[in-house]
Amino acid sequence: MRIERRAHRPLALVLLAPLIAIVAALAISGVLIAIAGAPVLEAFRLIVTGAFGTRLGFTETLTRATPLMLTGLAAAVAFRARVWNIGAEGQFYLGAIAVAAVCATVFSGWPPYLLIPAALMVGAIAGMIMLLVPLGMRLRFGIDEVVTSLLLNFVVVLFVSMMIEGPLKDPLAFGWPQSIPVGPDAMLPKLIDRTRLHIGLLIAVAIAVLVYFLQARSVFGMQSRAVGLNPTAAVFAGVPLAKTLIKVACLSGGLAGLAGAIEVMGVKGYVTTDLSPGYGYSGIIVAMLANLHPLGVIVAALFTATMFVGADSMGRALGIPSYIADVTVALSLLTMLVSIFFTQYRIRR
Amino acid sequence: MTAVPVLRLTGITKTFGTTIANDAISIDLAPGEVLALLGENGAGKTTLMSILFGHYTPDAGTVEVDGVQLPPGKPRAAIRAGVGMVHQHFSLADNLTVLENVMTGTESLWQLKSSTGAARAKLLSIAERFGLKVDPDARVGDLSVGEQQRVEILKALYNDARILILDEPTAVLTNIEAETLFATLRVMAQSGLSLIFISHKLNEVMAAADRVVVLRGGKVVAERLTGATSKAELAELMVGRRVARPVREAAVPGPVLLQASNLDVGRRLSSINFEVRAGETLGIIGVSGNGQTTLGHLVSGLVQHSAGELQLFGEAMDRTSVRAMIEAGIGRVPEDRNAEGVIGDMAIWENAVLERLWQFSRNGLVDRGAARAFAGEIIDGFDVRGGAPDSRTRLLSGGNMQKLILGRNLQNRPRILVAAQPTRGLDEGAIAAVHTRILDARRAGTGVLLISEDLDEVISLADRIQAIVKGRLSPPVPAEQADARLLGLMMAGDWPQDGKIAHAH
Amino acid sequence: MELLEIFASAGIWGAVLRIATPLIFGTLGALICERAGVLNLGIEGIMTFGAMIGWLTVYNGGDLWMGLVAAAAFGALFGLLHASMTVTLGLSQHVTGLGITLFASSLSYFIFRLVVPLASSPPTIEPFQPLVIPYLSDLPFLGDALFNQTAPTYLAIAIAAIAAYVLFRTPLGLAVRMTGENPHGAEAQGVNPIAVRFGAVMVGSALMGVGGAFLTLSAFNSFFPTMVQGRGWVCIALVVFASWRPGRALLGALLFALFDAYQLRLQAVLGKAVPYQLFLMVPYLLSIFALIVMARRARVPKALMQPYRRGER
Repeated sequence: MRIERRAHRPLALVLLAPLIAIVAALAISGVLIAIAGAPVLEAFRLIVTGAFGTRLGFTETLTRATPLMLTGLAAAVAFRARVWNIGAEGQFYLGAIAVAAVCATVFSGWPPYLLIPAALMVGAIAGMIMLLVPLGMRLRFGIDEVVTSLLLNFVVVLFVSMMIEGPLKDPLAFGWPQSIPVGPDAMLPKLIDRTRLHIGLLIAVAIAVLVYFLQARSVFGMQSRAVGLNPTAAVFAGVPLAKTLIKVACLSGGLAGLAGAIEVMGVKGYVTTDLSPGYGYSGIIVAMLANLHPLGVIVAALFTATMFVGADSMGRALGIPSYIADVTVALSLLTMLVSIFFTQYRIRR
Repeated sequence: MTAVPVLRLTGITKTFGTTIANDAISIDLAPGEVLALLGENGAGKTTLMSILFGHYTPDAGTVEVDGVQLPPGKPRAAIRAGVGMVHQHFSLADNLTVLENVMTGTESLWQLKSSTGAARAKLLSIAERFGLKVDPDARVGDLSVGEQQRVEILKALYNDARILILDEPTAVLTNIEAETLFATLRVMAQSGLSLIFISHKLNEVMAAADRVVVLRGGKVVAERLTGATSKAELAELMVGRRVARPVREAAVPGPVLLQASNLDVGRRLSSINFEVRAGETLGIIGVSGNGQTTLGHLVSGLVQHSAGELQLFGEAMDRTSVRAMIEAGIGRVPEDRNAEGVIGDMAIWENAVLERLWQFSRNGLVDRGAARAFAGEIIDGFDVRGGAPDSRTRLLSGGNMQKLILGRNLQNRPRILVAAQPTRGLDEGAIAAVHTRILDARRAGTGVLLISEDLDEVISLADRIQAIVKGRLSPPVPAEQADARLLGLMMAGDWPQDGKIAHAH
Repeated sequence: MELLEIFASAGIWGAVLRIATPLIFGTLGALICERAGVLNLGIEGIMTFGAMIGWLTVYNGGDLWMGLVAAAAFGALFGLLHASMTVTLGLSQHVTGLGITLFASSLSYFIFRLVVPLASSPPTIEPFQPLVIPYLSDLPFLGDALFNQTAPTYLAIAIAAIAAYVLFRTPLGLAVRMTGENPHGAEAQGVNPIAVRFGAVMVGSALMGVGGAFLTLSAFNSFFPTMVQGRGWVCIALVVFASWRPGRALLGALLFALFDAYQLRLQAVLGKAVPYQLFLMVPYLLSIFALIVMARRARVPKALMQPYRRGER
């Protein structure tokens, strides 16, 4: 038996790969649910109805999908250029705390139409800086950015904790560690009243389309892909390696930082250290499920959000730990890796 | 051959997908015999040897050593039966010592302690017997290529190999190192070892082998005693038809286009001098690893010189860049197609325009229509077969990939063409096509800088020849005076430091 | 207490060994994988799972040593998964490793919550007690400083010595190193690089599992989510710092633990004057610093992260 590279990648297989991966992941989770003593099909039905069955569930799913789209795009653009940005979690938090820092201080009193774009920019820039650090260390010292960006995630969360217990602590929060609020003027308009759904969703979708266009049509898109596929040949063709990687890092870190900014300004209004239930890490899964395609990220983020929201209500109903959602989503990353593999290779005899 | 064969391959067949790499090949090897396996790239030589050594499992056929059949696909069994292989890309670990490299896999993995002392003694005694001197404690990465090959041979001998297979053993050696190697092989054959060496070089086959088996298209097409054949006959058998490489006519050199004076690139090139004139080819000959990569990169705009002067069209270039070189009209053929020349997973059109994207973009957006049209012109004009502008470049054969690379450079009529190892790994048909293109460009007035390890190529294409040795360039010799012997001496670094090459030959 | 007097107390040296133990296990585990050419970023999740399953085994009436064995066995299992994906299929070692971390940690939390549905304070077990070594433990100062540890700590140090011996003095270790440097070369000499990589990744992952279990069975006495706290990533950095040598890995882990123990005591000394978060950042910043220091000096196994397929170069 040997593994052989396919000359052509059948399009049907490429499109089917994520579906197969998700079905496989769900099947394995089904076994876990059964072991936990719950009816499997009923559990899956409850996940779907939990995520889509009610107005609240439906809007909640979309609200959750919003930051996932952005962190998913952050991972997708980086991975395509082989920049292993595993630091989206840290970039998310730094973007969030930066927004909290400026909204009520430097930008205080600005009208919303200026304040909101400016605050979003600040969040994105904070995220950029947070990725330029590990990338700079890779370019300067040759250190694998995976380990450094992972380690920096912990540093950033501690920094945020220091801020919200120190200079940015909300004096009106009865001693709870949370940041000063961004204020009503900085809050993103709601899409549907009396829900948590805000226009961040539209921003995320628009950015996904924009990123797709950038990657497919622009010089930057072609150069960043070349750098990812074969850096030696890209350099021979005169593609500026460091410059391209820095641009990619700005885009990727900026998107993750933006995710943090939008989450603060769209949902909570202030920063705590549990602002993100691992959006940065889940973004990696979203990107892989989308096979790094920016438009695929939209769908993959919806799937991931569905699992999280649906599993919450299913868990309450059946007494199953809602961690089953994390298990399923993590599994789908592994199964997706395998199913992408079989779009590129086949097994002979 | 009267003796009982030590090695017998019978009916070996192996297919990869739809290509038949080996088609019912049968070969015998007698004790003490030196057999050459001659064939072009892709003739199936390496596949055959990989099967013999157990790296691949054949679809059909058997390997027998001393009449005992080897189990297929088991390198260990082959080693135990006394088959040793010297790989073309050495299978050594740079960070381990010579002794560690030699000892790997020679003891039971579950033994509680390596018998280092005994191993060292055995290694030294073998080295002594065959005159292969090494320091057992040297780090392999610190050794020269010739020394590394010695370690590779010692590794096989240490395993008590009686049948030694050498895959393109001279590919990385100087002529002198190669002669030493063949002398060593003779000693081994006399002491009873049987040898097979794989080659596509007619000279060394005629000089070193007792018998030649010619492979073509996965089949044995002929078998000759070296005493009863000629280079001409072997050449025709190997290629299967008469492929005439194009012949260079006399050059009409124009003005100097590119000139280097006492130029350094770090410590990799020191004080080199050369000039390339319009309508003329300057050949740089040398054994790989002597600085030709850096030289190619220098004129391709990838590295900067650290001292001396580089003049382009009479003007000094202080800082170069890829874009500056391309805009100045320099066409660049890199030495490694797959690593530097193309990006396999990108489309042909993308590879056609990547190095000149500024010509095919507006406002930061790629003009895909124009880029596809450009790729189409290259495909038609340079006879690139096996792909359309939108197909993935990976699917092209080596020859067609090289035509694509030549095409994207020559389509715009460059004033200078830098061709590094332009025919490495190509078959005769593709070599002839590439040579024709280079000669056409030269005829049209392009100045060509040809960097090559292939003596025949340089002799047939270049008007003037310089040798590169350890980062230094010899003075040029006119092609008319260059023969294999003179160039061999030059490649070994044998030229007067500040004078002309001796004309006494 | 003055800032330097901290070093004069026996307590800090005892703490150093305690803090270092999980790092020694984890670093050695990652080191063995990488020596064979496989980066195992599953470490963080495998340590989490080891912590959970070790605790669970003991909580369900198992022996403490049974807990360690269970952690090792499940670690090896995750190693098998990692090797199947990265060695057999040749998938990206980065992404697969992260996937395993995400999978193993979420599975740990799931199982833990299944067993312990909801509790304000997590249930505890009776952890390892310090091993009394006749005479040595009674020595003044040194007894408290060095010989007042639980058995797994001594085991970690012993394993470092064993790993160094096996890697550099036995045919097996040579085969592992050869595979990490040039798997084609290993194959050419009759060593099966795929088998070696599977073996190394499974053994290495087993050690990672034990390192995690030390947290619940010796350092603490209960399991709670996120308790591994990036220790796995620190181990990955320590491997580079150690230049892929077990002896230096031991030293690196101890040095690292010394800083960590010192900052913990410094926190107590300096109290409220400096935000405690700054101290907590120290281990992570220290790891990054170690990477920078060693970046250009370390001799990386040449085939690290390069998938091996027979007959493909």
